[in-house]
Amino acid sequence: MATVKTTLDRRTFLQASALAGGGMMLRFSWLAGSEPTTDLLDRVQEEWFDLNGFVKIGTDGMVTIMSPNPEIGQNVKTSMPMIVAEELDVDWHQVVVEQAPLNTDIFTRQLAGGSQSIRQGWQGLRMAGAAARHMLREAAAQAWGVSAADVTTAAGVLRHPGSGRSASFGALASAAAERPIPEEVELKNVKDFTIIGTPRPNVDGHKIVTGQPLFGLDYQRDGMLIAMIAHPPAFGMKLKSVDDTAARAMPGIRDVFTINTFEPDYDKHMFDATCFTDLVVVVGNTTWEVMNAKKALQLEWEATDEYLDTYAHYITGAKSSRRMPAGLEDSRTHAAQMAELGARSANVVRRDGDPETAFANAARVLERSYTAPFLAHNCMEPMNFFANVTDRSAELAGPVQTPEHMERSVAARLGLPLGRVDIQMTRMGGGFGRRLYGHFLVEVAAISQKMNAPIKLVYTREDDMTYGIYRPSYHATYRAAFDADDNLTALHVRAGGIPESPLFANRFPAGAVDNYLAEAWAIDSNVSIGAFRAPRSNFIAGAEQAFLDEVAETMGKDPIALRLELLDRARTNPVGERNDYDAARYAGVLELVRDESDWGNAETDLHRGVAAYFCHNTYVAQVLDMVVEDGTPVIQDVHCAIDCGIVVNPLAATNLAEGGIVDGIGHAMYSGLTLTDGVPDQQNFDRYRLIRHGEAPKAIHVHFVQNEIDPTGLGEPPFPPVMGALANALYRATGKRVYDQPFARQIGVLMG
Amino acid sequence: MSRLTLSVNGNDVDVDVDPNTPLLWVLRDHLQLVGTKYGCGIAQCGACTVHLNGVAVRSCILPVSIVGDQPVTTIEGLSPEGTHPVQEAWLGHDVPQCGYCQAGQIMTAAALLAQNPSPSDDEIDGAMSGNLCRCGTYTRIHAAIKTAADNR
Repeated sequence: MATVKTTLDRRTFLQASALAGGGMMLRFSWLAGSEPTTDLLDRVQEEWFDLNGFVKIGTDGMVTIMSPNPEIGQNVKTSMPMIVAEELDVDWHQVVVEQAPLNTDIFTRQLAGGSQSIRQGWQGLRMAGAAARHMLREAAAQAWGVSAADVTTAAGVLRHPGSGRSASFGALASAAAERPIPEEVELKNVKDFTIIGTPRPNVDGHKIVTGQPLFGLDYQRDGMLIAMIAHPPAFGMKLKSVDDTAARAMPGIRDVFTINTFEPDYDKHMFDATCFTDLVVVVGNTTWEVMNAKKALQLEWEATDEYLDTYAHYITGAKSSRRMPAGLEDSRTHAAQMAELGARSANVVRRDGDPETAFANAARVLERSYTAPFLAHNCMEPMNFFANVTDRSAELAGPVQTPEHMERSVAARLGLPLGRVDIQMTRMGGGFGRRLYGHFLVEVAAISQKMNAPIKLVYTREDDMTYGIYRPSYHATYRAAFDADDNLTALHVRAGGIPESPLFANRFPAGAVDNYLAEAWAIDSNVSIGAFRAPRSNFIAGAEQAFLDEVAETMGKDPIALRLELLDRARTNPVGERNDYDAARYAGVLELVRDESDWGNAETDLHRGVAAYFCHNTYVAQVLDMVVEDGTPVIQDVHCAIDCGIVVNPLAATNLAEGGIVDGIGHAMYSGLTLTDGVPDQQNFDRYRLIRHGEAPKAIHVHFVQNEIDPTGLGEPPFPPVMGALANALYRATGKRVYDQPFARQIGVLMG
Repeated sequence: MSRLTLSVNGNDVDVDVDPNTPLLWVLRDHLQLVGTKYGCGIAQCGACTVHLNGVAVRSCILPVSIVGDQPVTTIEGLSPEGTHPVQEAWLGHDVPQCGYCQAGQIMTAAALLAQNPSPSDDEIDGAMSGNLCRCGTYTRIHAAIKTAADNR
C-alpha cells in the first residue's frame, strides 16, 4: 500500500460531499428516455448514496461509477471507471457506468485529446476510489466497534477477520456517506490489482450492437426542429447574398436566415477555430425536408479579404495569430510552393555540432523529400449538436471533445452566465481531433436562441467534409552525410507545411547524431486546420522512419540494428540536452517487436518493414509484413510493440492499437483532400478514399511491455509509425521507394 | 405527402411522408428508430444498412415508396434480446470502438450469413467492402463474422 495525501483534490471531495449531504437519492438519467436493457440495469435500486463525485453505492451493493471524460471510441468510458473500481475494491460485475455531467470542479480535465485521459486521470481516479473505500471501512469499524485498520475489503464486501463479521458495501453505504472525506488514503500496490490489467468488455457494447440511442445524432426532444447550415463552397469565399424564396416555400420548412457564429468583439480561443463564420441556416421539421430545402437555396459568394485570425491558447491564454491570405488556393500550387520552400534555408530550430562542415566533408550524401496532403477527419458521425436555449438558460447535448471550453464560447455568444449553460456529453461517432473544434455548439445555440425552440443541427457528409479544420499538408526533406566508411556523420531535417511545420526538433534521432540540424518553415493559407490524431507526428514519423530505412540500407545495416545503435548512443552519451524521449524505453519496444515478429528469420517470403516512434508519452515499434498477390500488395500481419506503462484494459488497449494501425495504413495508402480554386475536390466517400475491409491487415499482433510505470495514452501513438513501416515494406515488395502520400497513387505505377 | 403502411421489425406502422423520402429518414425521424445511422447519404459507407426482405440494402438512397409491403428489419429488430449470433460474436470480440458504424456492419454481416452460412475470407471481404469503419475495427469484424458463422 502507498499512502497518498488527497490534499490536491480536497476541493473536489468537499464539494462532492456537500452535494451528497450525507446521503441523497439519485436517479439515472437516460439519454433520450431510452430504457435500460441489460439485466444489470434492470435491477432497481431503492436508494443510492453518493460517496464522492465519482462513486454512488446502492443499498443492494450495486455501484455507479462516473466516467468523467468524453467518449470518442478510445474506450475511456470503460477504462476510467475500472481505475476507480480497482481502488474501491468492488466486484466489476456490480458496477454500472454513467457518463458524468460537465463539472470540472469535481471531474477536473473533461477533455478528449492528446491521449491524456488515462495519463492525467490516473491519480485522481485512484484517489476517488480509495477515498470511498476508506469511508466504507470507517463506517464498518464504527458499526462493529473495531479499528478501521483491521477492516479488509474484497469484491464489494467488508470483513473484520478478527470477529468474523462481514457486510456488503451496500449495507454500509448510508453510514459511509456520513463519514468525513479522508485527508489521505492508501493506494494499492500494482501487484495487488485485480481489475486493472484484466480484459473488460466495452460497457456500452450491448447498447451499440442493439442500436440503442447513444450518439448526438440520435438525440430526440419533443418539439425539436432540424437545422442545417450552408457554408461557403470554397476557402477564401464568404456569403454575398441569399435568395431563399424557393427554399421557404418547400414543405416542412420553418425559417431561413443567416447567422454569424461569433460576435465581432468576441475573443476566440483555439477550439473556436473556423474560417466559415457567416452561415445560411435552414430550419424545418425533418432532416429530409431541410436537406431538400437547402439544395433550393440560391446563394451568391464573394472573395474574402486578407485577415488576421487570432486565438488564445486554451491553457496559457497566450494569443497567437495566423495570416489568412485572400485568394482561391489550389493543391498543385501548394505542391510547387512546398517544393520551393523545402529547397531553401529555413528557421533553425536546433543545431548540434557542426552539420554544415560534416556535409561539406561527406563522402556521400543521401537526400530525400516526403509529402502528404490535407486530410479531412471524416468522423463516421457527421458534426451535429442539440440545443434548447431560453431567456434564462441553455441546455446542449451532443458530441464534443472540449465541452468545458465550448461552454465558454456558447455562454459568450448567448450573453448568459457560464452557470446557465449546461452541456451533456453523448457518445461520439469518432473524434480524431475534429470535435475539439466545437463551432457547431455555438451555431446550434445561436439558431435555437433565434428560433426559440429546441434544435438539432445536422451537418450533411458534404458539409462536414468541405468545412475545413483539416490535417495540414506537409513536406519534409531529410539529408544524411556519410564518411568514406559509410558511417553516419550528420543528419539534417527541413520540414514545413501549409500552414504549419510538422517538425519536432528534439525527438529522436536528435540526441543520437553528433552533427544535427533541424529547420522549420510554413506557408500561409486560408484553409482552416486543426489537430488530427497525433498532430504533426502523423506525418513526420513516417517520413523520418522511411528515411532511416534508407540510411540503414546505405550503411549496409539491418534497420532495427541501426536504430538500436543510435538509441544506445542517445542513452549512454547523448548529444545535446533537450532530447524528448527515454532512449531505453524506445529501444525496449524495438527489441520486443524484433523478438515477437521473428525479425531475423531469413527463411521468410514476407516483405517486411519496420518503424518506431515516440509521441504522446508512449513508445511504439511496428513490423509490417507484406506479400504481393496478383500484382497487389497485401498486408499479411502487423506486429506492434507498445510501452505505455501499466495497461489498464488490455482488451480495449489492443483494439485501440489495432485501430490506430489500420487507420495509419489507410490514410498513408489511400486518403487525401485536394483543392481546386479553393473548392475541395472530394466531398463525400465516393471520391474521398478511406481504407476498406479487405484492405486491412489480415492479422495484427499487439505486444505490451510489462512494467509498473504510471500509464500513458494509446489513442494516438500507434497511428504515426505504421506509415513508415508501410513505406518500408512497400519498398521490399516492389523494389521502389514511395515518398508521396497517398502511396496508392504511386503503387499503381510501381506495381504495373 | 403519402400515407404508407410499412412492415418494420414485424410491426405494421403508418407514416405520412413525401414518398421520395429515403427509408433511413423515415426510420430515424418518423419512427424514432435511430439505430440505423446516417453516414454519407449516397450508399458509400454502409452505416444505414437494413434488411429489406432479408437482403442488406442502403436505406439512405431507398425511397420509402419502393418498400411497399416488403418486410424491413433494422438493428433494433434483428433479435428480440440482442442475441443474434452476429450480435453475440460482436460482443465476444469486443468489436466496437466508437460504435457508430457497427449497426450497419452487423446488418450486412447478418445478411451475408443468412445467404452464405460459411463464407470464405474473400467472400467476407467482398460482402463487407461497402461498410466503412473509421476507427479501423476491420480485423475484429472479420474475426467476429467467422465466429458467428461457426456458431450458427
